[in-house]
Amino acid sequence: MESSALHSRAVGSSRVSACLRRTSSRALAASLLLPGAAAAEYKFNFPEPVTPIARETLHIHNEFMLIITILFVVVFAIMIYSMIKHRKSVGHAPSQFSGPSSAMQWFWALIPFAILLFIDFVLMGIPAVQAIISMEDTKTRADMVLKVTGMQWKWQYEYPEAGIKFISTMSTPRAQIANAEAKGEHYLLEVDKPVVLPVGKKVRILLTSTDVIHTWWVPQFGVKRDAIPGFLRETWVLIEKPGIYRGQCAELCGKDHGFMPVVVHAVPEPEYLAWVEQQKAEAVATAGSADRAWSSEELIAEGKAVYDKVCVACHQDQGQGVPPVFPALAGSKIVAGPLLDMNGRIIPDSHVDRVVNGKAGTAMQAFRETLSDVELAAVITYERNSFGNKVGDMIQPAQIKALRQEAK
Amino acid sequence: MNTATTANGHPAPHGAGHYGGVLRWLTTTNHKDIGTMYLTFSLLMFFVGGSMILAVRAELFSPGLQLMQPEFFNQLVGVHALVMIFAALMPAATGFANWMLPLMIGAPDMALPRLNNWGFWLLPPAALLLTLPFFLALFGIGDGALATGWTFYAPLSVQGGMGVDFAILAVHIFGISSIMGSINVIVTIFNMRAPGMTLMKMPLFAWGWLITAFLLLATLPVLAGAVTMLLTDRHFGTQFFDAAGGGDPILFQHLFWFFGHPEVYILLLPVWGLMPHVLATFSRKPAYGYKAQVYSFIAIGVLSLVVWAHHFFTAGLPVPALIYFMFSTMAISIPLAVLFFCWIATMWKGAMTFETPMLFAVGFIVLFGIAGLTGLILADVAADAQYHHSYFVVAHFHYALFTGGIMGVMTGVYYWLPKWTGHMYSEKLGKLHFWLTVFSFNLTFMPQFFLGLAGMPRRIPDYALQFAEFNAISSVGAMILGVSQLLFAWNIWSCIRGGEKAEARVWEGADGLEWELPSPPPHHSWETQPVIK
Repeated sequence: MESSALHSRAVGSSRVSACLRRTSSRALAASLLLPGAAAAEYKFNFPEPVTPIARETLHIHNEFMLIITILFVVVFAIMIYSMIKHRKSVGHAPSQFSGPSSAMQWFWALIPFAILLFIDFVLMGIPAVQAIISMEDTKTRADMVLKVTGMQWKWQYEYPEAGIKFISTMSTPRAQIANAEAKGEHYLLEVDKPVVLPVGKKVRILLTSTDVIHTWWVPQFGVKRDAIPGFLRETWVLIEKPGIYRGQCAELCGKDHGFMPVVVHAVPEPEYLAWVEQQKAEAVATAGSADRAWSSEELIAEGKAVYDKVCVACHQDQGQGVPPVFPALAGSKIVAGPLLDMNGRIIPDSHVDRVVNGKAGTAMQAFRETLSDVELAAVITYERNSFGNKVGDMIQPAQIKALRQEAK
Repeated sequence: MNTATTANGHPAPHGAGHYGGVLRWLTTTNHKDIGTMYLTFSLLMFFVGGSMILAVRAELFSPGLQLMQPEFFNQLVGVHALVMIFAALMPAATGFANWMLPLMIGAPDMALPRLNNWGFWLLPPAALLLTLPFFLALFGIGDGALATGWTFYAPLSVQGGMGVDFAILAVHIFGISSIMGSINVIVTIFNMRAPGMTLMKMPLFAWGWLITAFLLLATLPVLAGAVTMLLTDRHFGTQFFDAAGGGDPILFQHLFWFFGHPEVYILLLPVWGLMPHVLATFSRKPAYGYKAQVYSFIAIGVLSLVVWAHHFFTAGLPVPALIYFMFSTMAISIPLAVLFFCWIATMWKGAMTFETPMLFAVGFIVLFGIAGLTGLILADVAADAQYHHSYFVVAHFHYALFTGGIMGVMTGVYYWLPKWTGHMYSEKLGKLHFWLTVFSFNLTFMPQFFLGLAGMPRRIPDYALQFAEFNAISSVGAMILGVSQLLFAWNIWSCIRGGEKAEARVWEGADGLEWELPSPPPHHSWETQPVIK
């Protein structure tokens, strides 16, 4: 009770607006007829737009809703008028016409289609073509590039110019999803590491995927684009207002499709540049640590963190998996098998091979591209010594680094 | 063998009299028997597909996972769609064709009776294949049914379990059945019309079905090809949809939607063909714009073959393709508006009464109007970027396929039920069924438009808290909608069992050959073809 009182004070203003929205939900039917009026509240309409594309989209949407509402009302008013006046019970005698018979009737019969043609190809068509051209113009005066890689079930973000790369996964605890804990304010729409973008800059977004098709969508950006394995797709955003913007994967991508949020922090440019510098420094520190010798405890601790972020969705928290699609790691023969061969090379279909190179045709992806040397070594060591597995050995980040160089 | 003879002394060529019991239904080649089996199967599968989605709506009643895990949720969503499309709606339309086409065009039966029998009997095994993985999973075999959504998008479907293989084979069998049904309709219409019934004198229902049959012939083989390529990608090392082998996942979407978009019209055209009959009957006035409707059917049929890519505007198509597919999609609004115009003009200055079929027809026009109008704005590529993959689309296509498809089928059932059974159904129950259906349908799907606009993606088993209220409303609506359909089943059942005798011309304003036969028509009808002047 106490905590909920505190909570309600903290988010008091949003509660008030939620209240307002609830009141308006009573006007459910009316709102379809009054899209313009509803637009102000954004519960019956798109959320507040923060990019030029989203503003354009909202404008188009409102205009079209108005047009189709008028069409709907006019057409069905005529029909309802007829249903009231031309009933047998009011003694209306049926006419027997079955088509236009005079030039005048032809004229009136064709007028609606002339209006419709005008609406389709002029009123709607011309602004739509302009909108498409501006939506697809990803290259002109782009200030920076963000590469987005979808993978089951997380997003990887890469800033090629700055050399930053990280994975962003949902941070909502599984206990909240299972209704074992109270749900937080941003339930399912929160991540461990949001993507950070500067406001007022045109960001060219390149999208791809490592496994199945995902769709990157932030409603307030008005942008939705598929991430397709083996291909690059692109789109762009120019965020006009600092803030935290939330979205989700929009294409069914398997089990945890609903648990793959997108969170973008839009910040002023100086703040963005400071963040970039900080990320670079962290990356250097991580890369350096691959060369030192790690203790088994260190690897297992780091490995657990990686496992809980990257592996747990399929292989589950006790390593039990969801057979037969997602095999168990607990008691797995592959995990219990030898680490590397006598010459320190990868044994085909071994534990290291699976984690580093994945298994074609399954959800098990090749993690060599997405995890660092330390992360790979840590998670492999962790898996071999957890969930009742007692292999007892470990692999050093330096060994992974060597394997990588050999592969090149 | 039984030596049953007909009134004119010839041995009965087929159908009743050879066998009794189950064997009669297994071996029947009579169009009425087969029509009845199609319709019964369809009603049964309507409840199967409906129960699946009620489980889904129950899960979505509140945030969090209550009843099921996401894997099972995904299976229910995908199999619901396949069952409703392939096992409920398409067989219902074929059932109508079987029962009514021969009666309406003055033919003694369908042209290819044995093919007809086989066409039906392929359906139960196909439905079994589709749903079997659910039960196998209970015994620890496999990981359940198709979990990719009904669209089978590669590479998700390449990755999926054996439910995908079952669904691929089921779709193959459904497809073969539909192709056989289409061939039968085309041959029957082209060869067995009563003397004097030219194509342009043919009932509009026959026209609607003729276009449907051609669309099925044109597109089902493409779907069969696409899912076969998927099967070989899964098991035989081909890489049609894998970039690593020079393939392309988007190729699958092109192939799938080349079938998938016309499929929408395959489900709708028989209903559009039926509408003018019902509206004319209860307005006591001839259908308005016969030729205009025929040409619109043809135009929509042709256009539906060239607009498929609007189903994946967000996949990153080139600009010229986006513009082309947008404008070709918008062009469909013209012939569709012609149909709306003709429907309303048929009612205009008539003498209307509102029996259950007329209520369903009017409900169909209004609610299908919402589908048409939202379809028009979905065609806009820029706005579509927001609507796509969201609940807005879910609401849109349920307005198209529930009110356009299923309510259209219900219109036909109430309209023809007295003809089929010889009894009147209960008007009171029928009207109650109508009002409950319309009310709960809107309660279910109107909130989904707003969910989509607010940013809720489709096919998610759990959602953010901001979507909670509308989802709860939608779930309540769905439960009422589901339960209301029991009234429909009960009404049909009691109508078969008995009731007020129906006359040959069941409805005062009914016009056409089918109303000149007694209700129910004899097992063999139009053995002497009527002549049309």
